[in-house]
Amino acid sequence: MSQYNFWGYRRENGRVGIRNHVLLLPLDDLSNAACEAVSNNIKGTLAIPHAYGRLQFGADLDLHFRTLIGTGANPNVAAVVVIGIEPGWTQRVVDGIAETGKPVAGFSIEQNGDIATIAAASYKAKEFLQAASEKQREQCDISELWISVKCGESDTTSGLGANPTVGNLIDKLDPLGATTCFGETSELTGAEQVCKTRAATPEAGEKFIDTWQAYMDEVIEPHKTSDLSDSQPTKGNIEGGLTTIEEKAFGNLEKIGKKTSYIDVLEPAEAPGKGAGLYFMDTSSAAAECVTLQAAAGFVVHLFPTGQGNVIGNPIEPVIKLTANPRTVRTMGEHVDVDVSGILRREMDFDGAGDALIDMTLRTCNGRLTAAEALGHREFVLTKLYRSA
Amino acid sequence: MSAPDFLVHGATDNVGVVVVETVQAGNQLTGWIMDSDETITIQALDDIPLGHKVALRALQVDDTVIKYGHDIGKVVALTEAGGHLHVQNCKTKRW
Repeated sequence: MSQYNFWGYRRENGRVGIRNHVLLLPLDDLSNAACEAVSNNIKGTLAIPHAYGRLQFGADLDLHFRTLIGTGANPNVAAVVVIGIEPGWTQRVVDGIAETGKPVAGFSIEQNGDIATIAAASYKAKEFLQAASEKQREQCDISELWISVKCGESDTTSGLGANPTVGNLIDKLDPLGATTCFGETSELTGAEQVCKTRAATPEAGEKFIDTWQAYMDEVIEPHKTSDLSDSQPTKGNIEGGLTTIEEKAFGNLEKIGKKTSYIDVLEPAEAPGKGAGLYFMDTSSAAAECVTLQAAAGFVVHLFPTGQGNVIGNPIEPVIKLTANPRTVRTMGEHVDVDVSGILRREMDFDGAGDALIDMTLRTCNGRLTAAEALGHREFVLTKLYRSA
Repeated sequence: MSAPDFLVHGATDNVGVVVVETVQAGNQLTGWIMDSDETITIQALDDIPLGHKVALRALQVDDTVIKYGHDIGKVVALTEAGGHLHVQNCKTKRW
């Protein structure tokens, strides 16, 4: 083992989680109520309602299934009860999660009604919860940890302090075999050519630039009504001193460190397939969408640098917040897990800040609740590619 | 050194970032260039909030704003050294 290890839950497929959730996973919007009723019946289970799942088709439907199955398959999840309006698509999600070997069961509402479905699903959820509650943590090496990163409500202090702190952690943990992921396709605009040079291979660099260009051509160009100056940077970004998307992008890129290069480019919610290392994922830059996709790809702990104070959490992947903005520390301290504002006062260097973040990451892996977990932030937001049929 | 008033990422940057909440027009500011570990001073021409940029030299219309050693946009209104550089005088070259 390396100098960095933690206590995690080893799952049936060998992956390691840091939480032990029993999920009530709705296939579709119609099944949210039943999932929430079951989670109310069986204390300690977790329902994750969402807005979609009906009449989707093509790549958008594929992404819906990949996200739901990936969420259930995430090693922070011990077992899953899936509830859907009808049995066909419900079973598709059950079968996908079952490939991990973890306990999973599906229930459907048509021909049964909500009340009978809730009763049957509650018996199964109770069984899963009691089994999960006996699961013990075991010591795991940092090379078994999958870490995702994404920043939000960024300001200039993000690029000066919080993002390079994440970069320092990545530069330290990448050589030790950690698996890491950054995303935010639109927020690399202006720094895309520099980001291309950070690929480990020419193929990965080309794949990145093709992904970025496709986003520009297929999303921005057909849908923009003016320039994006009111959306990128956001009003919060501008309040915090960020003036242009280019400035935001170079600050964003600080998160991947100075030395680490990415080995592959992932589709939204696609699990890494090339072993340990840094990956880029094609994601929205909206915080909850991005983290939801990263969690669905199997990442178990998230590092979230913020400037002005984004409060996001995720139901299954703990989100660790750090900021270098002293005003945010003062006015929103309850949301901050790691205060690196000392960098701006020259009281702290990046090496010290990176070590403090590694320490908090390992403590979080061992079971410490993040600020977002304590405050009940469970933003589960599915990415939708286009209108339903 | 004591805590700086503003930070500069790279030696070629023509803007710095104010990192205190108290900068008012006329203040003499101390800045730290992070990459080269140099200390510089400049007089603020405007009140500049925490996190906002200060021009380190006079910037003409269409000049490129350099931060992180990279192009982050263009100047759209004359800005003197020590002035507040933000959306009123700087714009993206994208979108």
